[in-house]
Amino acid sequence: MSLWNTVLPYILSGISVGGQYALIAVGYTMVYGILRLINFAHGDVFMVAGLMMVYFAAAMPLYAAIPLMIALTVLLGFTIERVAYKPLRTAPRMSVMISAIGVSYLLQNLALYITGGLNKNYPQIPWISDKVTVLGATTTRVTVITPFLTVALVFALVYLINHTKVGMAMRAVSKDFETAQLMGIRINNVISVTFVIGTFLAAIGSLLFFSNYPGIVPTSGAMPGLKAFVAAVFGGIGSIPGAVVGAFIIGISESLIKGLDTILITHGAIAEQMDFSTFSDAVTFVLLIVILVFKPTGLFGEKATDKV
Amino acid sequence: MSEKKNVLRLDNVTMQFGGVVAVDDLSMEVNEGEIVALIGPNGAGKTTAFNAITGVYEPTNGMVSFLGKPIVRNHPQGKMKKQYKGSDAEKFANEPVLNPTPDRITALGMARTFQNIRLWKTQTVFDNVLIAKHMRRTSGFLSATFRANRAEEEAQRAEVRELLRIVELEDVSDELATSLPYGKQRRLEIARALATKPQLLMLDEPAAGMNPQETDELTAFIGRIRSEFGMTILLIEHHMDLVMDISDRIYVIDFGKLIASGTPEEIQNNQRVIDAYLGVDDDA
Amino acid sequence: MLDKKEANRKNLVSLVAVLAFLAVVLLLDQIIAPTSKLYMLLTVLQKGSVYALAAVSMNLLNGFTGLFSLGHAGFMLIGAYTYAIFSIPSDARDTVYQYFDAAVRVSLPEVLGNAIGAFGTALGVLLAVLLAGLVAAVFAYLIGLPVLRLKSDYLAIATLGFAEIIRAIFQWKKLGPVTNGSNLLKNFARCSTFKLSLGGATVSLSTFVPVLIATVCIALIVLLVNSTYGRAFKAIRDDEVAAEAMGINLARHKMLAFCTSCFFAGVSGATMAMVLSIAQANNFKSAMTYEILLMVVLGGIGSISGSVIGALLFISASEWWLRGLDSGSFLGITAPTVFRNGFRLVVFSIIIMIVVLFFRKGIMGDRELPEALAGLRRKRAKKAEEVTGRE
Repeated sequence: MSLWNTVLPYILSGISVGGQYALIAVGYTMVYGILRLINFAHGDVFMVAGLMMVYFAAAMPLYAAIPLMIALTVLLGFTIERVAYKPLRTAPRMSVMISAIGVSYLLQNLALYITGGLNKNYPQIPWISDKVTVLGATTTRVTVITPFLTVALVFALVYLINHTKVGMAMRAVSKDFETAQLMGIRINNVISVTFVIGTFLAAIGSLLFFSNYPGIVPTSGAMPGLKAFVAAVFGGIGSIPGAVVGAFIIGISESLIKGLDTILITHGAIAEQMDFSTFSDAVTFVLLIVILVFKPTGLFGEKATDKV
Repeated sequence: MSEKKNVLRLDNVTMQFGGVVAVDDLSMEVNEGEIVALIGPNGAGKTTAFNAITGVYEPTNGMVSFLGKPIVRNHPQGKMKKQYKGSDAEKFANEPVLNPTPDRITALGMARTFQNIRLWKTQTVFDNVLIAKHMRRTSGFLSATFRANRAEEEAQRAEVRELLRIVELEDVSDELATSLPYGKQRRLEIARALATKPQLLMLDEPAAGMNPQETDELTAFIGRIRSEFGMTILLIEHHMDLVMDISDRIYVIDFGKLIASGTPEEIQNNQRVIDAYLGVDDDA
Repeated sequence: MLDKKEANRKNLVSLVAVLAFLAVVLLLDQIIAPTSKLYMLLTVLQKGSVYALAAVSMNLLNGFTGLFSLGHAGFMLIGAYTYAIFSIPSDARDTVYQYFDAAVRVSLPEVLGNAIGAFGTALGVLLAVLLAGLVAAVFAYLIGLPVLRLKSDYLAIATLGFAEIIRAIFQWKKLGPVTNGSNLLKNFARCSTFKLSLGGATVSLSTFVPVLIATVCIALIVLLVNSTYGRAFKAIRDDEVAAEAMGINLARHKMLAFCTSCFFAGVSGATMAMVLSIAQANNFKSAMTYEILLMVVLGGIGSISGSVIGALLFISASEWWLRGLDSGSFLGITAPTVFRNGFRLVVFSIIIMIVVLFFRKGIMGDRELPEALAGLRRKRAKKAEEVTGRE
């Protein structure tokens, strides 16, 4: 078997995972661009969206469950911003970050209480959970459509930001919060819109992500959330294309590390299992630290300077 | 004046940001015991020059010497070399590059204040001055933690009390630095700089935001600092009254370039200065 | 200006208070039986001292130096593992390292115990704790070189990332001979076995030892914070540019604060291993860091006594007072459908959110206990004066 044939399945699944991370990462990067806040609760909103789907799918048909899940997730994102971040608008950045950590803690504990800490099986969604064969590898259809859907959604978003009035307001607020306010932009509305878009994408992301996994536990959102944030930093925080590129890079690296043992053994580079898959989560952070040390503003980030 | 010891000397200092030349080929000197002022209209590059001397920025070209030794020495490199707009790009090309951080420059004996007061907000007046003494300690981390440095600590505290007495802030020494009125905060910032035992005191627009009465008080205060400590002072200022009153010599820059230098009388009568600066500034 | 005599008197009062507290803990250790209802108090004291030290060491960095680091769980992990690895007795080694050949074949308590008896065992435990702190500090130094240049939230996320990397490394099968891979470490010197034999009578030290370690370490941090270096840290927190301009070497001082904080995080990790009797990498997730951060916030960022109070309240509430919320009845109300597993944590996180949003300064703000008490006394005296004045 050629090297390409061994590596390809991992790259494909990496692209798919990357697409899911990208949908979460966009939420991070937009919020950071405007509020300079690492929204630690974003990954948990993603988890809550997954849990809602579990409960709704059990109670009603899918065509009702999916829109309801998306609507409630968006409402949750909106509410979190209004309750936990808006009152701290003038507070030091650290306070807002702590508030975000507090919300994350609350959401996880709520989920723990409601589920009793049990693993909840994600519902089978017809069509997207079907098996298909691509380039000789068998996979689910969701794996195949994820990157396309992601790219389509991101293009729509970039259009929204560059060609609509609310998009212009968002760009203005992220450039200069106070001046935008003085120019009569209702920043609270702009921030709410940002959270609504971010959580909407996270809801779609959760649909794609959890379809690929056997189940959800209250901490299921934490790791994908962190990785998506790293993707946003990697691409240059505040930049939407950057977040998407970063997410694909992280997804692919993670997937390759998972398969590194198999790849190396197949090609005779190593004789026995090295258990590199232990580092499938850690590799994300290695990438993060490398980029922070060598290009602190990320791949596409703008440089900011302090005035003395 | 030339027989006096040279404290600070700038040779061809140029500070360029991309295509913008903020300081262009600036050469000047400050001698022991002098009060020298650097003036110029808004945006002339005064603060940039200041930051290049104190190590906040790395100059694109030129050399700064302090007490006869070079402390900042640079020539345009890399990207800057292509864009360089100054006159003498190769002058310091063979000199090694020195990039001292602000703390090292302060340790050499140069202390500064800031245009927009930068006191340590949660600390008392006394602690603000005491912290500036930290650099002059000889005790290590562990000996300080285990209080083996009691004698040094007491000596430093006594010095701080004495300093606060001289600058007339001893009655507020236990108050929070930020609770002081504006004029006193300025005085505290100067006291804090003095606590590092400098040979040269650099004041960045000390009278910024002050009313005429406060400015008069400050003028008297700076004069007293000089007589009391025999301090050499370089100040950047906007208020003409202050500058003309206390400076021995004045350098005037406009658009980063030196346009005149001399005694206050000479500057007041210099046509170029009047054209470039005094004619357009309300302070004149 | 504080009078010298006055300052000395205050130091003496604090010292006596701390010694009295330690004596009470030692006494409680003897009189509370494991079957007693009050046994919870000992658990709270044990875990509370672990978390109090962790919170204070985090506060040294986040609250006093202004470096927002979220890597604490990683350094506690290093401490817990170092302590465990160097205190597993040789006869237990093979049962612990079931799947590997143990690489570290030294047990400090055992070696020193064999050499000089019971005192040696105690010394060995302390040395292992010290080693735990030192190893954490060395890791901190290496990590600090690249990351301490980063600002605020970038530093937070980079340290968080390093903690995750450390966790992965300690679980790596290839390091199994040292770390036992993803299996837990156990059977090392632990609190439940700490005793002292005094002429026939046995004195239990299982609560006293962790409380003593935490107290000594916190006292050291207090000394550091009030020293010239502590003041320099606060200057960096308040205004970095001014601190540098006043001759404070930023890189060196940030590194000092980081390594010191991580040293104590390592010690608290070692103490945690001692209290829980096990060490497992999977327990040291970022959630642990968040919990410690919330304790610091609860107590007040920039207040050491606040962190201690915050940690003790956090542990008491989650381990003891709010237990009823999980098991059917609370404050006499019985509602098993609501008060079931997990409800305690929900109530608890809501309380924390309320503190974060509405009492941003936490319990103590940036004051310390003696100050706050003095303030309270003054207030009361003033009130009394007003009352008498009116009469």
